[in-house]
Amino acid sequence: MANIAQPGQKQPASPDTTGHEWDGIAEYNNPLPRWWLYGLYATIVWAFGYWIAYPAWPLVSGYTGGVLGYSQRATVLDEVEAVRRERDARGQAQLASATVAEIRADPALLRLALATGKAAFGDNCAACHGTSATGRAGYPNLQDDDWLWGGTAEEIERTVRYGARSGHGEARVGDMPAFGRDGVLSRAEVEAVASYVLALSGKPGVAGANPGKGAEVFAGNCAGCHGERGAGNPEMGAPNLADPIWLYGSSPEQVVATVTNGRKGVMPAWEDRLDPATIKSLAVYVHGLGGGK
Amino acid sequence: MAATPVPKHLTEGEVGLGLTLLIGAFLCALASARAVDAPFSVHMAVFALAAVAGVVAILKRYEARPAEAPPQVIDGRPNYNLGPVKFTAVAAMVWGIAGFLVGCIIAFQLWAPALNLGLEYASFGRLRPLHTSAVIFAFGGNVLIGTSLYVVQRTCRVRLAGELAPWFVVLGYNLFIVVAGTGYLMGVTQSKEYAEPEWYADLWLTVVWVVYLLVFLATLWKRKEPHIFVANWFYLAFIVTIAMLHVVNNLALPVTVFGSKSYPIFAGVQDALIQWWYGHNAVGFFLTAGFLAIMYYFVPKRAERPIYSYRLSIIHFWALIFMYIWAGPHHLHYTALPDWAQTLGMTFSIMLWMPSWGGMINGLMTLSGAWDKLRTDPVLRFMVVSLAFYGMATFEGPMMSIKAVNALSHYTDWTIGHVHSGALGWVAYISFGALYCLVPWLWNRRELYSLKLVEWHFWISTLGIVLYITSMWVAGIMQGLMWRAYNALGFLEYSFVETVEAMQPYYLVRALGGVLFLIGALIMAFNLAMTIAGKTAVENEALPAGDALPATAGLAPAE
Repeated sequence: MANIAQPGQKQPASPDTTGHEWDGIAEYNNPLPRWWLYGLYATIVWAFGYWIAYPAWPLVSGYTGGVLGYSQRATVLDEVEAVRRERDARGQAQLASATVAEIRADPALLRLALATGKAAFGDNCAACHGTSATGRAGYPNLQDDDWLWGGTAEEIERTVRYGARSGHGEARVGDMPAFGRDGVLSRAEVEAVASYVLALSGKPGVAGANPGKGAEVFAGNCAGCHGERGAGNPEMGAPNLADPIWLYGSSPEQVVATVTNGRKGVMPAWEDRLDPATIKSLAVYVHGLGGGK
Repeated sequence: MAATPVPKHLTEGEVGLGLTLLIGAFLCALASARAVDAPFSVHMAVFALAAVAGVVAILKRYEARPAEAPPQVIDGRPNYNLGPVKFTAVAAMVWGIAGFLVGCIIAFQLWAPALNLGLEYASFGRLRPLHTSAVIFAFGGNVLIGTSLYVVQRTCRVRLAGELAPWFVVLGYNLFIVVAGTGYLMGVTQSKEYAEPEWYADLWLTVVWVVYLLVFLATLWKRKEPHIFVANWFYLAFIVTIAMLHVVNNLALPVTVFGSKSYPIFAGVQDALIQWWYGHNAVGFFLTAGFLAIMYYFVPKRAERPIYSYRLSIIHFWALIFMYIWAGPHHLHYTALPDWAQTLGMTFSIMLWMPSWGGMINGLMTLSGAWDKLRTDPVLRFMVVSLAFYGMATFEGPMMSIKAVNALSHYTDWTIGHVHSGALGWVAYISFGALYCLVPWLWNRRELYSLKLVEWHFWISTLGIVLYITSMWVAGIMQGLMWRAYNALGFLEYSFVETVEAMQPYYLVRALGGVLFLIGALIMAFNLAMTIAGKTAVENEALPAGDALPATAGLAPAE
């Protein structure tokens, strides 16, 4: 094609191009669009204004501070202080010194505690117990009235503060042994007792297991913690086995697995992570979810 | 061949490069054997094999080539070196599809995290850099290197400088991509966003990049045109600045020369500032300056119109490269970065608005007098829409750099939406346009296999982009508003996990948008493959010549 002009036969460029051509591409020499140029000037003027007003240019030591005296650090400290003052005015300090019973008795404190508890629950507890506190396998539902370690506001406060099997000296510690793995019970005995336990709430057990044998095994190994009728014992964190609530599942396989290997769920101690007002607020909030005793 | 006038012998370049590769292969094999971690051992073995393959390729090439060096000019026309350009065109298409696919996978993982299948190799943390590097550096990089090597030859009217060097650049660059990508999958990363590859991959890229710069400069040096074409200014700014950014941000000390792990020499807020000075200028000089260079050649070429304004191109070029280099700190608003640095980052970002738009104006106004071509030429439509997205993203960017806006947008998916309106709409679309032009030119085809398929590609991927960016805008702004919502008692209204939950439907819409974009790219790959194979679709045969496109459109005019 003839778009590349040969030396000496370059076509006269149209009056408004630069006269050069590369691989057939010419360039007009249109002036800068007015709005574009004024837009550029406007942003530059604005930038100079901003530099005068705010910290902007580094100097040998220090920097130009700006006439407004702005400092991000000072602004943040002021805001944090303002929030603290506002919360104290609403009784945040009282929240720290009152007992959970006193908080529940005072409508203003209760309102504050429920708001604190809701916010703290979402960021600290929801990861395991769910945003609506309904739990999941291995993580108790906090909406119902079935409590491993007691459902009064005071008991809940203690559980939150020290956790369960958390390593804290005051932590809730219960021990469901690994009856099968440790050789305390034979496979047949494990299946028998699992079937017996399931029968307490009317559920089918392991096919071919001996329920009569199960009752015997239960009385000898389980009743000490879970009670003669399997109603559980919050002193030891032993769950009620006669109700339809099953933390680790209610299929025969899951119950056999629980009896074989034991269960040792862990909840952290929040004492070192959250302040006393927040812990009490959490207890009041969880207690108020519907299942509190 | 009887009686060759010149006896055939290895050139100095062939001997020098061959020996260097042999020594390199030996050293890499040694390092592989003594490696303290498995990924390093694998990568050194890859380097050693690549070096051996390089020696074999040099010898095979020697056997096949004539005794004399390729002529610079044939019949008065420059003897353009198109082999390396062809390689990058194919590589870009392959990497592009890989990158888009991984993007879709991680988009679905955000919607349903279990889709990582519990495998470390498929975890989000490893696939995310694989996606970003594949689309930016593997797809975008091959398009940039390929088009630059093409454009610099055509607009200087000379054959590319060097014979082995251009091949060293394109193959070496793609070797870097392989090492970087497999590294991510094996868990090798220095945890710097967009600069994840470890020290040994960085060193290799530095060597490749310096050779690239030399090839480009030497070709400019021997040009037959009195002036340097505007696209070449942008390519040169891209090559030079990326070299500087890459070297400074990757200054690091390896724990041992036989292991993959290294530590950066900067720490704390200094490290963060260097990282975002790099990160933002990767956007500025890789994804903006480089692709503006593509625009400055391919838009006027395809529209067959002169560039709108030479003056504007000069002013916006210098304004763009002067302003961009300051803008990085806007990634670190409201952090430990000093107030003054945040101010400079923000104000220079605002001043960058018009210089960025200069490129859009020059591209769009070049169409004046040729707007009717948009009806008939979907390739040109890709490029024009890319300029519209470019204009939108370069307005949104300065706006998001304003601290008050950033306080809402930062850390939210609004940023992801912004990035993708630039990446999908601008970078990918101008690349698609360029590849659709380039492939018929490189393989001497009259036109593409099917313009109808280009239409399909255009509409499917445009729908994909719209789904992507609208869902991320809505989701991001919602996320920002949820994070800052307080109740009457001064407590946060929503916990973090509730904001995550609220994002889920938008993540699905975004992933589906990504799938549409991927489907478009697959259509394109098929179309280009059929073009290279020399096929013509039935629909084109049925048309009288010149109806779909001017007869010259598929051919480079100088041929």
